[in-house]
Amino acid sequence: MMRITVTVNGQVYERDVPGHRTLLHFLRQDLGLTGSKEGCGAGECGACTVLLDGHSVNACLVLAPEVDGRCVETVEGQAKDGKLSTIQDAFNRNHAVQCGFCTSGMVMSVQDLLVRTPKPSDDDIKEAIEGNFCRCTGYLQIIEAVRDASGRTEGKGGLKHA
Amino acid sequence: MLEDATPDTLKHVGGSPDRIEAAAKLTGQALYVSDMTLPGMLYAQVTKSPHARARIRGINTSKAEALPGVRAVLTGAELEYRIGLYVVDKYLLARGEVRHFGEAVAAVAADTLEIARRAADLIEVDYEVLPPVLNHMDALKDDAPLVHPDLGKYDHVSAVFTPIPGTNIANQSKLRKGDVEKGFAEAEWLIEREYTNPSVQHVPMETHVAIAQWKMGDEVDIWTSCQSPFAVRNLFCYTFRLPLTQVRVMVPHVGGAFGGKAGIHLEPLVACLSRKAGGRPVKFQATREEEFSLLPCRSALTYRIKTGVAADGKIIAQKMTMYWDAGAYADYAVNVTRASGYSAAGPYEVPNAWVDAYTVYTNKPYGTAYRGFGHVEFFWGLERHMELVAQVIGMDPLEFRRLNTLKPGSITLTGEKITPNTGNPTKCLDVVAESIGYGALTAEETAREKATGCKIGKGIAALHKAPAMPPFTSSSIVLKMNSDGTVVVNTGLTEIGQGANTSLAQVVAERLGFDLAKIRISPDKDTDRDPYDWQTVASKGLVLAGNAAILACDDLLAKAYEVAGQVLRAQPADMDHDGEKIFVRHHRDRAVTFAALAIGYAYPDGNAIGGPLIGVGRYIAQGLANLDKETGQGNCALDWTFGAHGVIVEVDPESGEYHVLKICSAFDVGKAVHAEILRGQAVGGMVQGLGTACCEGYIYDEQGHLLNPSFTDNKIPTARDLPDVIESVAVETPQLDGPFGARGVGEHPMISVAPAIGNAILRAVGCELTHMPMRAEDVWRAMNQAAPIDNWITKTPNKSCKK
Repeated sequence: MMRITVTVNGQVYERDVPGHRTLLHFLRQDLGLTGSKEGCGAGECGACTVLLDGHSVNACLVLAPEVDGRCVETVEGQAKDGKLSTIQDAFNRNHAVQCGFCTSGMVMSVQDLLVRTPKPSDDDIKEAIEGNFCRCTGYLQIIEAVRDASGRTEGKGGLKHA
Repeated sequence: MLEDATPDTLKHVGGSPDRIEAAAKLTGQALYVSDMTLPGMLYAQVTKSPHARARIRGINTSKAEALPGVRAVLTGAELEYRIGLYVVDKYLLARGEVRHFGEAVAAVAADTLEIARRAADLIEVDYEVLPPVLNHMDALKDDAPLVHPDLGKYDHVSAVFTPIPGTNIANQSKLRKGDVEKGFAEAEWLIEREYTNPSVQHVPMETHVAIAQWKMGDEVDIWTSCQSPFAVRNLFCYTFRLPLTQVRVMVPHVGGAFGGKAGIHLEPLVACLSRKAGGRPVKFQATREEEFSLLPCRSALTYRIKTGVAADGKIIAQKMTMYWDAGAYADYAVNVTRASGYSAAGPYEVPNAWVDAYTVYTNKPYGTAYRGFGHVEFFWGLERHMELVAQVIGMDPLEFRRLNTLKPGSITLTGEKITPNTGNPTKCLDVVAESIGYGALTAEETAREKATGCKIGKGIAALHKAPAMPPFTSSSIVLKMNSDGTVVVNTGLTEIGQGANTSLAQVVAERLGFDLAKIRISPDKDTDRDPYDWQTVASKGLVLAGNAAILACDDLLAKAYEVAGQVLRAQPADMDHDGEKIFVRHHRDRAVTFAALAIGYAYPDGNAIGGPLIGVGRYIAQGLANLDKETGQGNCALDWTFGAHGVIVEVDPESGEYHVLKICSAFDVGKAVHAEILRGQAVGGMVQGLGTACCEGYIYDEQGHLLNPSFTDNKIPTARDLPDVIESVAVETPQLDGPFGARGVGEHPMISVAPAIGNAILRAVGCELTHMPMRAEDVWRAMNQAAPIDNWITKTPNKSCKK
C-alpha cells in the first residue's frame, strides 16, 4: 500500500492504494467517481479519458501512485453551479449523446482540445477525439457539437426531408 | 393511426427536443450496471477453454477453493441447466465437451476481482483436444464431426424452426414462390455468384455485465446491461423452472447493445454463483477480450444467388441459398436465418423465388442478433449481385433497380401485397442517386482525379427490412398522473442509446396535448414496475410502444373526462382540454385542472369522486401469422422500412487504399418523429456499416483460436475514418398503422453500406469484390487479378451470358 494525496476536481483526497491500482480504478472504486468508464482497460478506447495536470490521459494506463501530488479533472467536475459546461451544453444541443458510455471521455478530450486550440479545424477535432471510440453516433454530431462549443456556426448539419 | 395525425398542427412530433437523459450522461451521473456495487457483493470470473473443441476429462478446482476470499466455485458438473432462445442447446458451463475457443468451463466468485482472477487461473482442466470443424461449408460434409450429437434431443420452437438431427444443421428455412425452374427456362440471362462475409463483433462500449442475487425462497434479483428485461426474466424462469413472480430484472442505463444484448447471456451463471455463495450478490463484467469470444458475435454467411432475367431487364426468377455460420450454439442465428430467408431478395419483386437458408453449427464463438439481423450480411451479396446483373445485361444499375423495385401492387417473397403506404424504395434510390450526382463525374471530380492520380467511382445500393418478431409481439404502456398534473410513463422498452424514451415522451406529449416538461420516463426499467414489452429489438420499438402510448393517452384522457364531466356537469362531447385543464367548449371558464383530477376530485366539503388517473394502452401486431414452414408464405411483416445509400469513393489505383468522399442515406421512415435522433441513428448506423465494410471481422488460426480479440487487431471506425460529406434524408410515406405515420429505422442505416462502397469501387477501378470486409489489400488483390468479369458467372447451357 502507498499513501497518495491527489486533487480531483478541486478537492483533495488522501488514500492508501496498492501499487498496481490504476487511476481509473482509484477514481471509480476508491473515490466512487464512476463517470469515467472502462471500455477496454488497455488504453485503446478512450472511455476513461481524464485530465492529468491539464493533459488528457487514459486513466486505465496511469497508476494511482503516479498521480501523487497532482491534479486530476474528471467529467464529474465539469458542470458548475448546476449548469452544464459550454462543452456539455453543446453536446446536449447537438444531440451528440446516445448510449452515453463514451460521453465522459469525449467531453474530457474535447476539454483538452479547446483549452489548447480554442478555434479548432475539423481536422483538429478529429485528431483530438480519434482515441475516443463511439459505437453509436458515428461521430458526426459530436464533431458538430465541438464546432458549436468553439463558437463556429458553419457546418451545422440537419436531417433533410424528401 | 395516421387518421389521427394532422401534420401541420403537430407540436412535439417532428421536432428535436433535448434527449431526456442527455444531462445525466454528460455529467457522469447516469448509472450503468458497470458502475454498481451492492453491499456484500462478490466478483465473478470464468475459466475459459483455450481449445475450439475438446473433451473435458476432468476439472480440479481444489486450489481455487483453497484460496482465501473465494466464496463459490462452479463447474458444468453441478449445473445441469441448458439455455437457448429457440433451440435449447447451451449449458451454463461446458459439460463433457467444449465447443468453441473462449467457452466458459468453470466460474468463481470471490471477495475481490483480483482474488477471483487468481482463482480462475488456479482451476486445472484436463482436455483431450479434438479436431474442430471451423468452416461452415465443411460442417455440411457427410464426414464432418457433429458439434451437437444430441441435437435431436433438444427442446426447440418447432412451429418455426427445423433442426436436422445427425447433421450440423440447427435450422433449415425454406421459401417457395411460383416456379423458379420455369422462370429460369424463360430467362434471357442466368447469372450466378457467391458472396461471403466473416463473423463480426458488436462492440458495445459497455461490455456485458450482470449482477444477480439469489435470495431465500428462490427469489432472484438481477441487474443487467441488456436490451430485453422481460425476455431475460422469462428465459431465466424457463431455465430454472421458477414462476415469473420470483424473478425481477432491472436494467439501468445501457452502454450500447446493437443486438448483442438482445437475449439472455451472463445472468443465469451469475445467479448460480450467488446461490452457491449463500445468496450474496455477484457481479460479472466481461473483459473486452471476453466480449469477443465468451459472448456472441454476428454470424458469418455464404450467400449464393442465381438470377434469371427477362429480355426487358425484369427479374423473373431467383434461387437463393444461404449458409449461416451459427458457431457453437444456435442462439439467435436460427432466427437470423429465418428472417433473412424471407427477405432474401431485397426490395425487389421476384415472381418466382426459391430460398433455402441453413444455420450451420461450427466450433467457433456463436452468433447472435446484430443490428440488421442478417440483412447487413445478405445485402452485401444481394446488392453486389444486382450490380453484376445490371452490368451483364447492359443496363444502368440504377435503372435496373428502379425497374425491379417493389411498387404498389407488387407481391413480396412471402406473398404480401405492397400498398401505396408500404413505403417507397424507388424514391430512396432516386434521392441518393441525385445527391451523389450518380452516373457521371463532375468537372471538379475529373480535375481531382487528374490532380491526385486517384480514381473516383459512384455506387448505390438499396435495402429493406421488416421487424423479425413473432406474429403475436406486443407492447404496453402505463401512464400515471401525478397530483400536479404531470405524467409518469412506464414502459418495458429499454433505452439503449437509440432515443426510445425521448421519442415516446414526444408521442405522449403530442397525444395528450401537454408540454414535454410534464412527461417523465424513467431511464431504468424494471420487470416488477413496468408493463410488458416483448424485446427492445427489431426496429419495432417506436411502432409498437408508440401505438400503445397513444392508446394509453386516450385511456387516461377518457378517465379524466369522465370525472371532469361530473364536476363540470357536461358530457364528453362538450368538453375539450389544454395542457392544464379540461373545460366546457362553449364556456371556457367552466374548467377543472388535471391537477385537481389527478388523484381523485375533492369537492369543497371534502366529498370526493374518481381516484388516481392511470391510463393503460396495449398494442399487438395486427394480422401477422407464422410463415408456412414448407413454402415460407404468409404475412410476417409489421412494417417494411425501405432505404438506399449513395456513395462517392476515391481509390488509389496503386495501393488499393480508398476513402469515402461522400455518402447519402435515405430511409422511408413514414414520419420523422425526432429529426436529430433519427439523424443520429442514420449516421451512427452508417459508420457502423462502414466498419463492417472496410475493416472488421474475426480472424482465426487453423486450430480455431481467435487471433484478433482487441481494438488493436480488430479496428473499428474512429472520427478519422468518416466520409468527407455525410447526408441523411427522410422520405416520409406514412405508415397507416404507425404512430403519427412512423415506422422503425434503428437497424436500417447499417444495411447496404458495404455493397454501395463495393459498387463504387467497381466503378472507380473496375475490380469485383465478393467478400467483405474490403480492406485496401483486398482491393489491391482484386485489381491485380487479370480475370475477366465472365469468370464470375456460372456457365449455363441455357442461354449463357450475352457478353
